[in-house]
Amino acid sequence: MMQNAIELQEVHKSFGTTKIIHGVSLAIHDGERHAIIGPNGAGKSTLFNLISGRYEVSAGRVLLHGADITNLRPFEINRQGLSRSFQVTNIFHNMSVFENIRCGVLWSAGSRYSFWHRVGGLKDVRLRAEEVMERIGLARRRNVPAGTLTYAEQRALEIGVTIAGGASVILLDEPTSGMSRTETAQVVELVRSITQGKTLVMVEHDMGVVFGLADRISVLVYGEVLATGTPEEIRGNPAVQEAYLGALHKETASA
Amino acid sequence: MKYAPLNLGRWILWSATALLFLAAPQVFKGGFALTMLTQMGTLILFALSYNMLLGQGGMLSFGHAVYSGLGAYVTVHVLNLMGKGAFYVPVPLLPLVGGLAGLFFGVLFGYVTTKRAGTTFALISLGVGEMVFACVLMFPGFFGGEAGISTNRVVGKPFLGVSFGPAIQVYYLVAVWCFLGMAAMFALTQTPLGRMANAVRDNPERAEFVGYNTQHVRFLQLVLSSFFAGVSGALSCLNFEIVSAENVSAIRSGGVLLATFIGGVPFFFGPILGAIVFVFFIVALSGFTKAWLLYLGLFFVLMVVYAPGGMASLILMQFPVMRAGRWRELLVPYALAALAALVALAGLIGLVEMVYRLSEQGASTVLTLLGISFDARSAPPWLAFAAVLGAGLAALRSAARRVGERWGAIQLELQAKAQ
Repeated sequence: MMQNAIELQEVHKSFGTTKIIHGVSLAIHDGERHAIIGPNGAGKSTLFNLISGRYEVSAGRVLLHGADITNLRPFEINRQGLSRSFQVTNIFHNMSVFENIRCGVLWSAGSRYSFWHRVGGLKDVRLRAEEVMERIGLARRRNVPAGTLTYAEQRALEIGVTIAGGASVILLDEPTSGMSRTETAQVVELVRSITQGKTLVMVEHDMGVVFGLADRISVLVYGEVLATGTPEEIRGNPAVQEAYLGALHKETASA
Repeated sequence: MKYAPLNLGRWILWSATALLFLAAPQVFKGGFALTMLTQMGTLILFALSYNMLLGQGGMLSFGHAVYSGLGAYVTVHVLNLMGKGAFYVPVPLLPLVGGLAGLFFGVLFGYVTTKRAGTTFALISLGVGEMVFACVLMFPGFFGGEAGISTNRVVGKPFLGVSFGPAIQVYYLVAVWCFLGMAAMFALTQTPLGRMANAVRDNPERAEFVGYNTQHVRFLQLVLSSFFAGVSGALSCLNFEIVSAENVSAIRSGGVLLATFIGGVPFFFGPILGAIVFVFFIVALSGFTKAWLLYLGLFFVLMVVYAPGGMASLILMQFPVMRAGRWRELLVPYALAALAALVALAGLIGLVEMVYRLSEQGASTVLTLLGISFDARSAPPWLAFAAVLGAGLAALRSAARRVGERWGAIQLELQAKAQ
């Protein structure tokens, strides 16, 4: 039987009396690239926040590689090999590109809370950070403060900080949001290369990106999973077309 | 991070600092200067330890004197027990005792205060500070009540002629510990914990998502900081030979906040400058005028409003301009602004001193400033000082505008050149 990287079992989430997620059950296979799509307000980001420990789950269970991670703190989940990015860029603005990436590397490199090592002398950490900078194409921006990078560069850095720790499960929240066509194509290539041999879950609005990158797609509508399947299955699913893709096609047609 | 095999600039800076410590008492001679220098060394250590919280960890503490004060209390008891011959610890190592005491209370109270960040942290630290202050008064057996506990730092036989009786010997003891503490605290900023403390300060949420428990980071940072606070407490105990409730008071906690902020929170060396200026205010100025606290408060407010990066930022701002060789253009505007500020200050001092003199019961109302005597009960001096203040402020305004224009123009040209 195939091992699941992430498994959601009847997950519910309400804020006060408002129910956002109603009983989502979903299995993300190990090593697949899985996209979550759905109209605005469907609960995609909330689902990410539940998996990564940012929000508490109201009911249900979340498993990571078979281990229960329901309502663990974000750092505990991260240490078990899950790392996420944010829809709104969430980096260390005052630090340089290199230092940002290094923050992502330190824990996984075993530095923990050390106050007896000189961080500049940790060769493994430096090499790993340099490798990540190379991969996300920011090597020549090494010493630039993150706050002064261009938007596209900040988005790349966001991904860099996410993958720096070498997590096996990567959650990307709209990696291409707000990007031009060329930039989007670059991000798709970047995401493809960095998730080689890893499990990827991503929320994405750009259907071109979704259908080009995902092995499987789940459609979330009003806090419920409408369908899960390969891109072909999703494209051919009448319910999905009705609820989402159709509406989207109409939107694009009228735009 | 540079990978130069030898960071020459850093070596020069640290050697110069060590030399400064060595030479300071030779340059500034006399008992009064020595008192000030010793207090500066103590406060430098305390302010740097405070900035480990505020500057590096983003924790605004209103109760940092708890750690230095309790470190001082433990030191004073150890010293008194040594005086009775109970045991012997070399006097130069007593700051270590104070440091360990500070660390112990850092573990104890920090566990509670660092559970939260931001405003909540600030409020809990205030509460802990008040609580400790109340306890100090509640247990006079250990803390000596309002009067405190006095001691004698000269215990045992002199070692190589050093008894720590003379003030100069205490100064050098403080200087050595201050220098070691500075170096250690700087080294701490270069460790994984030090870097993650910055990360937690800037973006605690993201720090959690790269595997760090922000609460642990804050806790460890506070515990380490309270060690150095304890060291500075022990040094002040050795210097003054008395420890009282004032050592743990909110006044002390507020003082170190003021000193650190004036110096410059965003920079490692900022609190050093702040401590020097602060001691100057409380030791030197308080000898001249009763209004020193008002001047200090005013200076603090001006810094918060116009230079939130403190004196350190004002100095560092000049370097790029100097390097570009454009600083000469600023000299005249700067000089004019300084002159205008002095005029305004003179007017202000006149008014403030008259108010203080009138509020004093039974004091003569005749003052002498710059060799001119006048009566604070008559109208002309009030009008004159108000006019001086007004003219100074008006001149300062236009001078500041001139500085701003020149500064802006230079910045624009430098930016254009950089691109």
